Amino acid sequence: MEIELTPQQVQEQALFRAFVSEEIAPYADQYDQAECMPNEVIKKLAEIGYLGAIIPKEQGGQGMDAITFGLLCEEVGRASASLLSLLTVHGMVCQAIMKWGSASQKTNWLPKLATGETIGAFGLTEPNVGSDAKSVETAAVLSNNSYVLNGEKKWISFGQVANLFLIFAQCDGKPTAFLVERERTGFSTEPLKGLLGFRSAMIAKVFMNECRIPAENLLGRVGFGFSHVASTALDHGRYCVAWGCLGLGQACLNACLSYTSERKQFGSFLKGHQLIQQMIAEMITNLKAARLLCYHAGYLKDKGSPSLIMETSIAKYFTSRMVSKIADDAVQIHGANGCSSDYPVQRYLRDAKIMEIIEGSTQMQQIIIAKYGYQNLVLEKRKAKQKEKA
Amino acid sequence: MIPNEILEKTKSFMAQFINVNVADDEDIFASGLVNSLFAMQLVLFIEKEFSIKVENEDLDYDNFRTLNAIVGFIERKI
Repeated sequence: MEIELTPQQVQEQALFRAFVSEEIAPYADQYDQAECMPNEVIKKLAEIGYLGAIIPKEQGGQGMDAITFGLLCEEVGRASASLLSLLTVHGMVCQAIMKWGSASQKTNWLPKLATGETIGAFGLTEPNVGSDAKSVETAAVLSNNSYVLNGEKKWISFGQVANLFLIFAQCDGKPTAFLVERERTGFSTEPLKGLLGFRSAMIAKVFMNECRIPAENLLGRVGFGFSHVASTALDHGRYCVAWGCLGLGQACLNACLSYTSERKQFGSFLKGHQLIQQMIAEMITNLKAARLLCYHAGYLKDKGSPSLIMETSIAKYFTSRMVSKIADDAVQIHGANGCSSDYPVQRYLRDAKIMEIIEGSTQMQQIIIAKYGYQNLVLEKRKAKQKEKA
Repeated sequence: MIPNEILEKTKSFMAQFINVNVADDEDIFASGLVNSLFAMQLVLFIEKEFSIKVENEDLDYDNFRTLNAIVGFIERKI
């Protein structure tokens, strides 16, 4: 057993870190305050190839292994959770097409998604539908070799700028996935402002009013939209979020290490106070535990193991709860300064809360993880019985 | 790989997710024995264990509805 990055992964990590430190981190607060991610930033991410991170090289992407991609998510998450959400949702669309797209959908979309010519967004959540995703109310009807979509999506990250949407709708009462281009008649978006976190994630409402798309825009098959297409995409989303939480947690820790080394109270630096040390020690330990869960999920992803789905859920659950606590403590350590826009920790705390809600809330992960525990118990009992018989 | 071997491997995989004995021709989706997470875990199991790719055109519940159906599907793809 070896838990160590390869020399190649270490090299890639250094490149990601340098890019993010130079191009994103210094401006992330500014984007957050403006509630906007400038097009130039998305363009930079595209030019360096990061939007095609998971797409195979033969389709114009980078063909990164799961750990390398995780390292990218970690670095981007360290600077801007909002920008991480672009990697997340864009990657979810890429992943869904890579796995369930027809040959022509792959040929048509993957090279464009790899270069950023096309930006993808994930359209599952609706005004009335969150965790109970199978119950989406958007409807699709087959008519004259086209599907006609009617419905509304909400909280769609990068919905303001994406030009290809993975939309989930009921078709003959069955959850079904469709690829919908922005320019289709009857398709429109509306920015959502004033959110707690992810303020520069260009979040939007999406409206489909008699929106007609060609029949070949069906992704997968009718009835497989949730169980297969959304599941594939959400697994990828949870993976990105887990790694992004590592980055966000690391940013909190870094901010606290600096602040406590520079600020004095009661005649000594904050880092000299034991109650501060306790919070710092908790941060460091939890980050290390979270990192191991992410490495494990990445290892299973590269192996294509069926257990990757559960382990990714566990990683997402742990990292998102962890980062909420770390960000909360980071603001506490910064005191009143932490509540002001002069310091980034207030943004970290707002963004951390979102991490516990997106791609399956903490409570949904708890249900899944607990069920997994009981399944394992039954399995162990069965094995023991079989042993006895033998 | 002989059909029996495929059946046994698949049965053993399913036992991790289904806490009751399942007949080889029992509809595991209609009976509510599995959840949506299972669907993708099954896909990953088939792909890894039998080195085949489950693709767009394979998305048909008749390929996954019962143990017998899954085994038949794997046999056709190998």
